[in-house]
Amino acid sequence: MAIIYIDNKPYEVKEGKNLLEACLTLGFNLPYFCWHPAMGSVGACRQCAVKLFKDDNDHTGRLAMSCMESIRDNLHLSIDDPVAKAFRSQVIEWLMTNHPHDCAVCDEGGSCHLQDMTVMTGHTYRRFHYKKRTYTNQYLGPFINHEMNRCIQCYRCVRFYKDYAGGKDLDVFSAHDHVYFGRAKDGILENEFSGNLAEVCPTGVFTDKTLKEHYTRKWDMTMAPSICQHCSLGCNIIAGERYGELRQITSRFNSEVNGYFICDRGRFGYEFVNSINRIQQPVIRARFPEAVNKPELFVHLKNILSGEIIGIGSPRASLESNYALRKLVGKSNFYQGVAKKQVKLMETVLQIINSGHVHIPSIKESEQADVVLILGEDLTNSAPRLALAVRQAVVKTAMDEAKNINLPSWHDSALREYIQEENGELLSLYPVNTKLDEIASHTQYLNPDEIARLGYAIANLLNPEYPAVKNLDDGVAEYAKVLAGILKNAIRPLIISGTGLGNESIIKAAANIAFALKTDSQRASLIYVVPECNSIGLAMMQAGSYQDVLNAGKIHQPETLIILENDLERSWGPSEASSFISSFKNVIVIDHLHHASSQKATVLIPCGTFAEADGTMVNNEGRAQRFFQVFMPANENIRESWRWLDEFKQIKDGRTIEELSEPENENLLGELITEMPQFKGAEMAAPPGDFRIKGQKIPREPHRYSGRTAMLANLNVSEPKPPEDPDTPLSFTMEGYRGIPPSPLIPFFWSPGWNSVQSINKYQVEVGGPLHGGDPGIRLFTGIESSERLILNDVPEAFHANENEWLIIPLPHIFGSEELSIYSSGVKERSPQPYIAIARQDADRLNIREDDVLQLKLNDRVFNLKAKIKEELAKGIAGIPFNIPALYGLNLPAKGILIKEKDE
Amino acid sequence: MISNLRTMALTFLHIFRKRETIQYPEEKIKLHPRWRGRIVLTRDPDMGERCVGCYLCAAACPVDCISLQSAEDENGRRYPEFFRINFSRCIFCGYCEEACPTYAIQLIPDFEMAEYTRQNLVYEKEDLLIDSEGKYPGYNYYKVAGLSAGIKGKGEGDNEEAPVDIHSLLP
Ligand code: SF4
Ligand code: SF4
Ligand code: SF4
Ligand code: SF4
Ligand code: FES
Repeated sequence: MAIIYIDNKPYEVKEGKNLLEACLTLGFNLPYFCWHPAMGSVGACRQCAVKLFKDDNDHTGRLAMSCMESIRDNLHLSIDDPVAKAFRSQVIEWLMTNHPHDCAVCDEGGSCHLQDMTVMTGHTYRRFHYKKRTYTNQYLGPFINHEMNRCIQCYRCVRFYKDYAGGKDLDVFSAHDHVYFGRAKDGILENEFSGNLAEVCPTGVFTDKTLKEHYTRKWDMTMAPSICQHCSLGCNIIAGERYGELRQITSRFNSEVNGYFICDRGRFGYEFVNSINRIQQPVIRARFPEAVNKPELFVHLKNILSGEIIGIGSPRASLESNYALRKLVGKSNFYQGVAKKQVKLMETVLQIINSGHVHIPSIKESEQADVVLILGEDLTNSAPRLALAVRQAVVKTAMDEAKNINLPSWHDSALREYIQEENGELLSLYPVNTKLDEIASHTQYLNPDEIARLGYAIANLLNPEYPAVKNLDDGVAEYAKVLAGILKNAIRPLIISGTGLGNESIIKAAANIAFALKTDSQRASLIYVVPECNSIGLAMMQAGSYQDVLNAGKIHQPETLIILENDLERSWGPSEASSFISSFKNVIVIDHLHHASSQKATVLIPCGTFAEADGTMVNNEGRAQRFFQVFMPANENIRESWRWLDEFKQIKDGRTIEELSEPENENLLGELITEMPQFKGAEMAAPPGDFRIKGQKIPREPHRYSGRTAMLANLNVSEPKPPEDPDTPLSFTMEGYRGIPPSPLIPFFWSPGWNSVQSINKYQVEVGGPLHGGDPGIRLFTGIESSERLILNDVPEAFHANENEWLIIPLPHIFGSEELSIYSSGVKERSPQPYIAIARQDADRLNIREDDVLQLKLNDRVFNLKAKIKEELAKGIAGIPFNIPALYGLNLPAKGILIKEKDE
Repeated sequence: MISNLRTMALTFLHIFRKRETIQYPEEKIKLHPRWRGRIVLTRDPDMGERCVGCYLCAAACPVDCISLQSAEDENGRRYPEFFRINFSRCIFCGYCEEACPTYAIQLIPDFEMAEYTRQNLVYEKEDLLIDSEGKYPGYNYYKVAGLSAGIKGKGEGDNEEAPVDIHSLLP
């Protein structure tokens, strides 16, 4: 701790930070542009000037950029000094000489850091009477809009895109006052994190193009804290609604999980909520009229529900919904809505995690690793935000060196200059090349079994108690030694693996390495990527796969099946799933979107998406996180699945429609925990529904929310009563507590004078650090070590390529492989066309050229796919894009036959 | 007592003053141009819709009786897809006019808006949009904004240089 004097008042501040961070942490409103808490300082914008004094007696002082000054004990500075103030306001005035008169048509307006800083410095009238510089714009793809006139040359965009996210195709061009931030040519921004430009850029140069389609100002949105539904990491997001439509997703800061950034799938994958494919009304098939209302539905269901029911849960539904189903059908009739193979994989993952012999790191902790080993995951496509963290880990290791020459950790440009192309150790094992390969120090392209064998071999080298691998290839054995050597010297090694290749041995091998690395004082970090946003939550319920229903040995099979938020055809394949479904007399499907399985339903029930429901999910690190309903849909049939299911239970228990009582999600969670203590802690993921601050709820709408008395006036001039929210401490209105709420309940970031996302500063204990009261989410894995050592022994045989049969492996794609995000037009546009990746060796043998059409026979289905030849792929292996709409339900990995179409 | 008599006398003297009361509705009152009455949406000199859907009027409105949705045409020009004012709530404070950066929304000297049913006081864009520039002729926002929205190209605005040639390194 050091004492600094700001305008002659002493303050205690943390050393190792820069002055700007210290001033902001202390609550001073000091303007800035180029500094970013996650990206450090470069001193480019000259906006953060303060006066520094030599000592007590120095009254003249000198101007200095606070973001470029280290904290020193006994430092004297002035923020209010007239010269410093005038300097800051002049900097803005200079920026404004060229700034367009665009606020009215600028999507940044109302959440614009430049607007805020202009007001803060007091610049009001443009005194410069000459012409403004202009630029032409570029087309940057479906996600990001470009309006270059608004640029203030702070360089944040390129620093984020190139330095932080590893993008290649955004840069700064030209010179002096003509610098231009864009691509070399018009075209799609390729990086998977391009959406963050909209938040990183302090102006309206880069904005969210999907928001533009239904533009709404930040102050006009009803917002709620939510959780991304598009992969297992559970990034925290803010979802905003206007006029009954979900309009925007932004990152919600959580220093442990996603920090400031989310990926493009998470940011732009929200359009399924507004899809015309939504189920709008309960439907009872094979009668007239099919669409029914709630009372009719309940009358119809009364008989059906009274019998024995099979319930199929979902890895993309909340804990509450899954539990409500389990409660309705009974423990023994509840099944996981995932394939057998997947259930097995998840069991293994949970067994390893629960052993307590490894440390499960958060994403933030992953950034601190000095050696990262990835076994069989293409992170950029299966858990994008984690790939971004790995990038930081790799750079940070190199930067750690700089401590020796006294470079502070915030001094970004100096650090990058110092390390040049130097990187830390990233070891990557995957069948084909991945985006992270470019920063990897060691990359090896192996078939899945070989990855597992190599993994086992490494564990064996690290600690001979772990099983050895027989008949290891000489090359691979040599390689194992190299990797084992690197891991051995690591201080904070991190092993990343996952279910991506569907190979259990890889999961076990990764665990063995982590176990072997464990020392007396330290557990190695191990993190698994799993398929869906609540895969862990569902797996923790420990039910069998629905594929086991038919073998469950029932004397007579139940007649009724309830499928919760799940398209069984995606996990089992069309013919198998539909014959399974049709073996039931009554099939009740509860979901928000129509899909193949919902077509087979005899009773179809609409439910809310994450934006219309409250719920809790467990991410891949075992963090239980609550998402809150964003808005009350006008259609009253759209309700949380757990609400429907709880009522079904009441009906089953013999109540009439009039006697139904309102369920509460907290009760459900409470019961869940009593019945399954492994979920203990999930109830604390957010304050309970009756939580109030000074007797008030927390408003979902900013205080400037407009149009309350007009938005529905076309329907009826008397305003309806605003919807109530009995389930949560949030209200659907603009009335309520205006201070900083507990961190899981922050619906949006705003602070007086700080309308943009930069207001996050005010919600943090220290700038860039955790939120007040701790970051949201409760870790359910206790990390208590079980006494018995876990040694996994499942070394696979070496893979032998078969001339006529290929092992078809799934290749995930950030855009396309996920069920819900594909409904966004931009995501769809960026998703791959169906293809088959085959090895160069196989291609040469069969005389296949790039783009030749190959026929793939797999699980009795036939596909015609264009060939993509991969030099690095091992022979006998072929890859197809995982679960894209044209190729779903294939239960990969599987054996398939490839036939070349005859040349015409 | 004296004060009472004086008051009565003064009141009595008003009989000989010029009369302020007029025989409305037979006789019409003369209102000044800046009188704050019925709200209209005006057009720019080229007769394009002036409103750019910036939501500032809606945010400024103290009773929140303005609601709109902005949309964009094929040239990137913003306009309100719908624009609704609930006059049964409006207090004619004129804040919306003050907030408007384009002179689109204006309060005009007309107060004769009475209706038998309150529902009829909800005005949509069709009811609000007039074919005139209103009180501020000559102003065209898109000529001074940096955005190119079919009115002018980049750098062709009133106070703009031609777009930067980013391939040139000349000073
Ligand atoms: S970037 Fe900010 S200041 Fe500039 S036009 Fe947009 S809203 Fe206005
Ligand atoms: S485009 Fe935005 S982030 Fe990039 S330099 Fe300009 S203002 Fe800064
Ligand atoms: S990394 Fe995963 S959880 Fe995070 S935003 Fe992307 S898809 Fe969502
Ligand atoms: S302030 Fe003016 S330009 Fe903006 S929405 Fe209102 S009427 Fe339209
Ligand atoms: S923030 Fe300090 S110079 Fe830009």
